[in-house]
Amino acid sequence: MSTPSSPPPSPAALPWLAARNKLTLRGRIVVPGIAVGEAMVSPEPISGWGGIDPAKGTIIERRHALYGACFTGKILVFPSAKGSSGWAGFFQATRLQGTAPLGMVIARVSAKSALGAVVTRVPTLTDLDDDPCLVIATGDYVRIDADSGYLEVYKA
Amino acid sequence: MLLTDDEKRMRDGAEGPAVAAAMDLLLRYGRAVGAERLCDIRNVAGTMTQPSPVKAALVKEGGWDKAFAVINLDSDGDFAIPDMRVPTCQLQHGFGPDALGIMPYPKQSIELQADAEAFYGRHGVNILATCTPYQVGNLPTFGEHCAWMESSAVIYANSVLGARTNCEGIASTGAASLTGKVPCAGNHRDENRHGTHLVEVDPRTGVDNFLDWGMLGYFAGGIAGEDHPVITGDFGRPDINELKHFGAAAATSGGVELYHIPGITPEALTTEAAFGGAVPADGYWYGPAQRRHVYETLNEIGGSPDVDFVLLGCPHASVDQVRQAAAALEGRSLSAGTELWIMVPRALREIADRSGYTAVITRAGGRVLTDSCPAMSRTAPAGTRVFATDSAKQAHYLPAILGIEAWFGTTEECVDAAVTGRWRGELRP
Repeated sequence: MSTPSSPPPSPAALPWLAARNKLTLRGRIVVPGIAVGEAMVSPEPISGWGGIDPAKGTIIERRHALYGACFTGKILVFPSAKGSSGWAGFFQATRLQGTAPLGMVIARVSAKSALGAVVTRVPTLTDLDDDPCLVIATGDYVRIDADSGYLEVYKA
Repeated sequence: MLLTDDEKRMRDGAEGPAVAAAMDLLLRYGRAVGAERLCDIRNVAGTMTQPSPVKAALVKEGGWDKAFAVINLDSDGDFAIPDMRVPTCQLQHGFGPDALGIMPYPKQSIELQADAEAFYGRHGVNILATCTPYQVGNLPTFGEHCAWMESSAVIYANSVLGARTNCEGIASTGAASLTGKVPCAGNHRDENRHGTHLVEVDPRTGVDNFLDWGMLGYFAGGIAGEDHPVITGDFGRPDINELKHFGAAAATSGGVELYHIPGITPEALTTEAAFGGAVPADGYWYGPAQRRHVYETLNEIGGSPDVDFVLLGCPHASVDQVRQAAAALEGRSLSAGTELWIMVPRALREIADRSGYTAVITRAGGRVLTDSCPAMSRTAPAGTRVFATDSAKQAHYLPAILGIEAWFGTTEECVDAAVTGRWRGELRP
């Protein structure tokens, strides 16, 4: 885990932060901005078309590990996008229908998922210096700083 | 990102607000994929006319200009859409009027799409209405940079034609159509086009027919994921239908956008060239056991042998595939409880009609349909519980989309199921 390059937390936050197991990862900015929230981590790639229901913000692929789970208001952490080129259009529809995630952390970005993050318009990082799907667990508290390019993880 | 003078002018509004919005999206997207510059393209395959609830609401609110701004440019602006700057075609979309009365597909969607076709046609969009634009006149040249959507078309363009496109989306193709630009990243760059995974085909697998090329594609996609499989070993020379099936399957089980078959696909004459140097010491063996595993995976959703629906033509069939289906149906009739559809580009149905193939299929009780497919339009004949197909892609997707059982087999087995109402397919050595 690389930590030295992360800025120090504010003194007032130190006791609270010290009580938690904090990790900091550096990454590449896909969509700038800052987002703070609870992580939802997918162990496997996510499909857009045929994979999510934009009206509800849920994973609908039957054999998916997160089948039925809702990503609305969460930081969605996943390894990569798979399936149809409708991927970005489906995630754009989550924004238009108010069911979008708060931010995204994508281990390996492709044209599909990069465009998807852009049109969802949420802070997004990729190419982190550790595998986000392994070091972040669902329920961890995450702060994406996609203005500076680092990710803070507070283990639940 | 480094921009040329004409790109800066477009960004700054010299070509109007719609083009400026398109450049804004391309710059946001270019940063997201880490591009250093844009590349010029004169070939866009995207989607504008496909009906959806979100689109219907936007059209009601602000007409097709608004729908294009929001969905195809990811813009909040209100402006009129100019004509397409570069040649742009519409891929497959919803069903057209030929669906009326034969499937539970909403009439409002057909009407919305007809309205969209009129609007976009006036703006210079060629309504090819197929997932296989390369079958109906949009055939990029070797090395040509394109902005295409549709995973099965993208893999065909990159691999079979040696053109260069990423698997674009609705907004990036929309922005490309008004600017003639797309981020120069991923598949556009030489260094990203080499093979990554070596697949070796055992001669005993008999990869020399449509079914087997589809299964090999499904295997290769599972191995390579989003990377680039290189197929070597012992197999028959594939024709365009087999390569169409292979690519669609590899893009379904994985996210493959580019593969090489040394000596057959144009970018790699040799295995060394495919990998751009050192060939991996370890390959993935595709032998009889792997072949059987793929077959069983594609058939694991099939339980009941009572087939009520047969679907051919995914990706959209060639004229020759329609001819084969007609030959298999000649002088026979479908079982009373079974429907058979074969999906083709509308332009090729004209040729199928003219050649007499449509008449043979229709006499038997089947239908030659255009524009869409059951997966795209989320529809099948009313009451369908069990379907059969010769397409690995459709066998993969349709059970999840429609909640039905699937059988996968040869075109002839599918036609047999349509005639008898029973699935009798099996994997032959």
